[in-house]
Amino acid sequence: MGKFSRLGNELYTGEKSIDFVGRRWTWYAVSAVILVIAIGGWTIKGLNFGIEFTGGNQYTVSLPSDQANQDTADELREAVAATGIEDASSPIVTTQGDSAIVVQTEPLTDDESAEIVDTIVEVTGVDPDGDISENEIGPSWGQEVAERSLIGLMVFLVGLVLFIWAYFREWKMAVGALVAVGHDVLITIGVYAIVGFEVTPASVTGLLTILGFSLYDTVVVFDQVRNNTKNLRASRQSYAQAANLAVNQTLVRSINTSIVALIPVGVILYVSAIQLGASSLKDLSLALFVGTAAGVYSSVFIATPLVAHLKSNESEVKEAERRAKARARAEADPYATVPVFTEDMPAREETDEADEVLEEDAPVSGSSSSRRPQPGATGRGRTVPPVRRPVQESRSSGRQQPSRQSKSKRQK
Amino acid sequence: MAKKPVRPARTLMVFFLGVAIAYGLVALNGSWTPSLGLDLQGGTRIQLTASSDPSEESLDEARSIIDQRVNGQGVAEAEVTTQGGNQIVVEIPGESAGELEEVVKRQAQLRFRLVACSDFSPCGSGTQTPQNPLTPSAEPTAELPEAPQSPNRPPVGFDRAADPTGEPSDEPKQDQTPSGGASPSEPSASESAPVDDVPGVDDEGFTAPVDEELAWSQAPDPAVVQLFEQFTCADDGTLQKADGTPATVAPDAPVTVPAVDDPSKPLITCEPAENNPGTDSDRPATKYLLSRSVINGTDLDSASAGVPQNEVSWVVNLEVGGDGQDAFTAISRALVGSERQFAIVLDGEVISAPTMDGLITNGQAQISGNFTESSANALATSLKFGALPITFADDATTVEEIGPTLAGNQLAAGITAGLIGLGLVMLYCLLYYRGLGLVVVASLAVAAGVTYAMVLLLGEAANFTLTLPGIAGLIVAVGITADSFIVYFERIRDEMREGKSMRVAVESGWVRARNTCLAADAVSILAAIALFIFAVGVVKGFAFALGLSTIIDVVVFFFFTKPMVSWLARFKFFNRGHKLSGLDANALGVDSINLGTAGGRA
Repeated sequence: MGKFSRLGNELYTGEKSIDFVGRRWTWYAVSAVILVIAIGGWTIKGLNFGIEFTGGNQYTVSLPSDQANQDTADELREAVAATGIEDASSPIVTTQGDSAIVVQTEPLTDDESAEIVDTIVEVTGVDPDGDISENEIGPSWGQEVAERSLIGLMVFLVGLVLFIWAYFREWKMAVGALVAVGHDVLITIGVYAIVGFEVTPASVTGLLTILGFSLYDTVVVFDQVRNNTKNLRASRQSYAQAANLAVNQTLVRSINTSIVALIPVGVILYVSAIQLGASSLKDLSLALFVGTAAGVYSSVFIATPLVAHLKSNESEVKEAERRAKARARAEADPYATVPVFTEDMPAREETDEADEVLEEDAPVSGSSSSRRPQPGATGRGRTVPPVRRPVQESRSSGRQQPSRQSKSKRQK
Repeated sequence: MAKKPVRPARTLMVFFLGVAIAYGLVALNGSWTPSLGLDLQGGTRIQLTASSDPSEESLDEARSIIDQRVNGQGVAEAEVTTQGGNQIVVEIPGESAGELEEVVKRQAQLRFRLVACSDFSPCGSGTQTPQNPLTPSAEPTAELPEAPQSPNRPPVGFDRAADPTGEPSDEPKQDQTPSGGASPSEPSASESAPVDDVPGVDDEGFTAPVDEELAWSQAPDPAVVQLFEQFTCADDGTLQKADGTPATVAPDAPVTVPAVDDPSKPLITCEPAENNPGTDSDRPATKYLLSRSVINGTDLDSASAGVPQNEVSWVVNLEVGGDGQDAFTAISRALVGSERQFAIVLDGEVISAPTMDGLITNGQAQISGNFTESSANALATSLKFGALPITFADDATTVEEIGPTLAGNQLAAGITAGLIGLGLVMLYCLLYYRGLGLVVVASLAVAAGVTYAMVLLLGEAANFTLTLPGIAGLIVAVGITADSFIVYFERIRDEMREGKSMRVAVESGWVRARNTCLAADAVSILAAIALFIFAVGVVKGFAFALGLSTIIDVVVFFFFTKPMVSWLARFKFFNRGHKLSGLDANALGVDSINLGTAGGRA
């Protein structure tokens, strides 16, 4: 833990930094590949919709009351699922009253239906003519339910954009958040299609859970971004740098949160996939696992770089960018701005870049400067150093302290 | 920073008092296990069979109306499916409540009609109107004071009526009733006897002009009155012929009976007997002759159950909007101050026949009667979502218990897995945050306790049931809840890295962490509200659970975790940076921490 904590501190101060924002094209490419696979899986394999969406067949099996219990129902469920018929791979089997069991499957062909009836007879030993009645059932998740849920979703997304706009004062963050959410949801749907799990109302709620979690996580990261970029001039950073610092500062949180959120879901996925056979628990936990992981990934690797990307065209951000670049150049080579002597050189030339750097460097404040090489030599001989260092914030007392310089540096 | 002195212990005490009250309420309810959903516990299956052969559209429409009715009273996540072309299957978690079958099955065709005669008031007994013709044969319509409008002006509400015969009904026409007598007070009575091809009702949306009906109710057709005399009422409110068989009339008769309830004909029907043991409000079943329908249930804006101020009995409040509101105002104006009644007719049966005590112009009506809380709620729910386009055969309805749709081992496996997962989460928090990890563990435990109490209480109040997705959602919510603590603790550590002492960092970190969490939770709440309002069924249940867990997250974070940390910050173990507190220099990754003692480091 000690090392991790040390890393946490270094990430916080910016000593160590992973370039999330700068290498955005890498992350975009990674996500694009994943998305192509997901959407490809979706379009090629298609989603396997459950009985709730498609309707299907229903077999009511009349049984003596000592047989019409939950155990027989469980047995029937497994037997029907084991027939290998794709549309009957996750049947709904319930007891009804104390004299019948109801088996529901997705729509079947006549041959498949006959096979199901055979299976039921095999398991329960009932008379296939008299004791099994076949029926057609409609979907409980009709067009209307889907439509109303979509309306709800749209209202929510519009509300979300308004909320982010009001809270962060930045509509580009809303775009970033929406892209991240779409990314997560698409990946989850793709995984669903590729694995071939059945889409049930349970998976729809799973998808909505992911939607909520992804946005939640993105907002937490954005909050830090907003905090760091509130005053770019004072923090002497470009927007991209500030945003990157924010992601790094929240990285420990992101890792912890994803661990805490993924552990329970992962355990459920493991238990249901290993111990239980066909179960909606497995589908649900898979959706949740993939979606949660994608949610954490997208807020760090997609949402924040995208916002920085979108903002890179704003004049204020460009300005900060230019200043940061100039500063970096001046730090790397203090003599770069000293002009080479030529005959007709004017006596005194001012390059505004160098000027600006110096002018900004003059009031020393904040903790960031202490780690950078002091620009002491840069201006020597050309500009008069300030008379005295102004009072500065001290870490120890939390209030301003007068500074005292060595005698040789004091001006008499 | 806060002007108020921080009093963590007091906040904690108030919080636990609140939790104790919640559990007290649970104890009052007396059920300590949450109600489980269809997939985990099974429930009741009501199978309804349409009495005629409905079209696919109307069956589907009926399905969605029933869906709204069963899910409209809470978030029980009932399932409604069509089956085999003429059946609707309703599956509801848990034991069937008494009124449920009625809520589901009732057609809920509501109409307002005017009372012409009843057992208590002889026909045409508009005693306040001197012009009232006792022998109505020769009275011209236009002179009736109840119809003050010029004959040329289209009467109120008339334009809505899609005339089944395609003829404007204010055009006088020769009466076709078998009696042959002219219907003096109602020029359009002829139209009220269209020859139906089918015994059913062609036009459910028919409304008759109010002023015509007002006039007619003062002086009904003698032929109709004659038919009226032929029937009697049984105590349960069924209309019978003299020999005790259910009433029927020929399709071309000038009147209709409850079984058909044609809105474009006068209705002969009954109000069931009222038996209130111990009071003197007993009343035998009452027979009514009612006018054509003047307001239909489609004009209802809303319906709700409630107890009016200063009263004790339950009523159903109706709000009539649209054209119905104008009609209602006209009725109110004509009937106010008189003894004349109008009748609220539900599925052909009079549920209330009040007089107008005051002038009502805003369409607010009230059905009072022999309601209990549950029957008033059931009726309001049935009315709210509109009438079913089909009727169901009474004898073909089956109600049966059904078992859970998921194998029994799934719930157990899910819960075991969830518990193992929670254990691992707590272990991780303890390893990483050490002393502060205890706060996470305690907070999660408290959140779990509050959630359990809320699930129990809401199971009682809003029919909230736990389904497997719901349980999985609650487990994911653990992640979101724990995230609040993680955000807070990371903030505290960041503040301490900047050189603040623990006690200061706890407060300054709180401000930032609080804002972050509120913003993030606002997103969740937004999702919950939007989905709860607009979505139905499973998604609605999900929205409810999401909102619930988010609110609990905020409450626990504000009223438990924060005071707890503030309180712990007073102990040397934490504020001096003990090795196991999770806030020592090593854990923060810095060389030394500020111990917050005046005068520098000791």
